[in-house]
Amino acid sequence: MTGVSRRALFGMAGAGVALAGAGVATGVGIDRLGEGSPAHAEPSTVDFHGEHQAGIVTPTQQNLHFAALDVTTKDVGKLRELLRTWTAAARRMTAGQEVVADGAVGGAAQAPPGDTGEALDLPPGDLTLTIGFGPSLFDQRFGLAAKRPPQLVDLPLFPKDKLDPARSGGDLCIQACANDPQVAVHAVRNLVRLGFGVTEVRWSQLGFGRSSSTSRAQQTPRNLFGFKDGTNNVKSEDTDVLREQVWAQSGDGQAWMAGGTYLVARRIRMHVETWDRETLDGQEQIVGRTKGTGAPLGQTGEFDQVDLDVGGAGGVPLIAPDAHVRLASHQTLNGARILRRGYNFVDGSDGVGHLEAGLFFLAFNRDTRKQYIPMQQALSAKDAMMEYVQHTGSAHFAVPPGLTPTSNWGDGLFT
Amino acid sequence: MTVPQSRRTPLTVLAGVGALVALAGCDSTGAATDAADGPIKIDASDTSCTVSTTTAAAGNLTFEIANKGTKVTEFYLYAEGDRIMGEVENIAPGLNRRLIVEVPDAGKYQTACKPGMAGNGIRGDFTVTGGVARQNDTNAQKAEATKSYATYVANNSAALETETAKFVDAVKAGKVDEAKSEYARTRVFYERIEPVAEKFGDLDPAIDAREADLEPGQQFTGFHRLEKDLWRSGLQPDSPQIADKLLTDVKDLVTKAKTLQLSALDLANGAKSLLDEVATGKITGEEETFSHTDLWDFQSNLDGSKNAIVALRPILQAKDPALVSTLDKEFANVQALLDKTRVGDGFKYYDQLSQDEIKTFASAVDALSEPLSKVAAVVAK
Ligand SMILES: [Cu+2]
Repeated sequence: MTGVSRRALFGMAGAGVALAGAGVATGVGIDRLGEGSPAHAEPSTVDFHGEHQAGIVTPTQQNLHFAALDVTTKDVGKLRELLRTWTAAARRMTAGQEVVADGAVGGAAQAPPGDTGEALDLPPGDLTLTIGFGPSLFDQRFGLAAKRPPQLVDLPLFPKDKLDPARSGGDLCIQACANDPQVAVHAVRNLVRLGFGVTEVRWSQLGFGRSSSTSRAQQTPRNLFGFKDGTNNVKSEDTDVLREQVWAQSGDGQAWMAGGTYLVARRIRMHVETWDRETLDGQEQIVGRTKGTGAPLGQTGEFDQVDLDVGGAGGVPLIAPDAHVRLASHQTLNGARILRRGYNFVDGSDGVGHLEAGLFFLAFNRDTRKQYIPMQQALSAKDAMMEYVQHTGSAHFAVPPGLTPTSNWGDGLFT
Repeated sequence: MTVPQSRRTPLTVLAGVGALVALAGCDSTGAATDAADGPIKIDASDTSCTVSTTTAAAGNLTFEIANKGTKVTEFYLYAEGDRIMGEVENIAPGLNRRLIVEVPDAGKYQTACKPGMAGNGIRGDFTVTGGVARQNDTNAQKAEATKSYATYVANNSAALETETAKFVDAVKAGKVDEAKSEYARTRVFYERIEPVAEKFGDLDPAIDAREADLEPGQQFTGFHRLEKDLWRSGLQPDSPQIADKLLTDVKDLVTKAKTLQLSALDLANGAKSLLDEVATGKITGEEETFSHTDLWDFQSNLDGSKNAIVALRPILQAKDPALVSTLDKEFANVQALLDKTRVGDGFKYYDQLSQDEIKTFASAVDALSEPLSKVAAVVAK
């Protein structure tokens, strides 16, 4: 270990948690600059506390590690205690600290280290940790049935779904986003470790390359089809739209969810090889946008309003009846919108010479019954793009509201 | 099911030569031109349609329509004979909308606002000057190619009707074994010309939908429903009705196929999409979930694709002989692999294939699909 390590800085900062966080970020920034790396010259943490959980409207970070877990204990007290422990650990890690003080190398030599250590010399990377509760958590086991929000339905099977149970569902989820993949993996790994005996991982997904922007300050990224994705996304600046379409309100059914939201996770395998053989014109007509600028067909700029009523020669609509943008457009969905926060993935190959690639779709909405579900019904049934994609995993979670410095993730469930 | 083609190649039923022209004209990727001239402004009211200029040079013309009236309106640019060059509908009062139209040819055109979205509209003359010489699409080779492929479609659709009738009779007579042996044999003729069926909206889903692909509320009909009855659940009380409907739908398809005018580009795209179909449906065993007769479909898709290329061969030979020899080699390679799985007058069932065999098929199909995906651009050249 060289230079100013994370651990050493924590040591110097002592018990001053918030100070330590800032100190570390700055220290590491300087350290990295010394190595000639231009990245992270600024302290880069995202506040863990707030009205809403971080990791939703937070400008989308570059990397994702998402884990769905099942609760293995029948002891509700243990679950409650774990959520407390997780909150404390997340509070530390999102501030750039080890999961516990003196975690990686400062503890007893005869004990395994309290922190797994792989993030020791890394910057905080804007790490956010976001938790959610799946429909199955509200079954008989923990007496939570009366707390289940009506919005947290079991997702229906959509046309052409080819869901793998081993990539679907889960009692709980942890979404870790960071600008360094190892920081995200470190956070999930350590939370999973704290959960042994209470929870176990049901499935997990790594994502690279954000495929949506959630802020106007961010450029729209491209998905693995090579198209700009999420141009029409709800942005953090659209506070009215967020209130109406993303954040659960106190009158929505379960008061404990006010300020929370509902997360839909879909693993979408993309047949990139057949897509790559489609003509440029064909690709653009399937999407309904040009590939270069991302402008809707018939328009000139990426952010030009999609105009579904423009016809070309013979009056044929320029944006076809089965074009992706038409079917996903809020104009055809009674105004329903969602906040997308997906990531590209490549999970190796599929055994027959093709990449196991795709989009790990994450979307937040206020009422999945009225927003995501009708949207996906329309897309699965009619979207021309469905010939090139296959939904292989699916999950739904209630994402509770944000935290104060003294509250914890289990509060809504157990008080 | 194959890739629906309607969006890529506008439906060409009875459109004749128009198909290629339409394709050339719907290049929607072009940015607005004539920035120097700026957009042509249309002030639309309930009784007037004022156009800021009535002449423009050929190219991409940008119209900006402002609805200053009280009725929802539309704007059109017509060529002679009221042929629509471009249009924008549903312009609500108070709104501005943009329409970019590619007008490659000089000539007399008309603008029209349609307050209330009805009637002939408020017309005005519009003149386009300059323009490029249009290349002649109707060359003899292309006509010959489409004619030759039309014969192939006609022969296969006739056989499809005959074989479907036999299959349906067997189902209705409750002769399960006979129906099972007729099943894959009948589907051969469908799978060979499936891109044709894709041209007729609801017919392909009615005839060939897979159970996993149904929308909520959509009835499961067609070949795969009967496949499930025969191999999985046993004949059902409504199996005879499903069988009758299948025959009706097939007859409908055969009638409609006779009126279909395909362009050379349709052939090229069809050849490619048949192989995509193999890659995503047959190589994975998803097409024939219950009967596992995927290799019969595979062979049929391959035949259909090969025949479209045979029809295009003179054009390809003239423009890109190297592509032709690559295609020959790769078609032969896939065929040789299929031949190794022959059993009697059929094939191995999908569930008898080893992972190695599946992988070998997949990579051979990829090797063929790559050059196939280049055919359309060569044809369009
Ligand atoms: Cu098919």
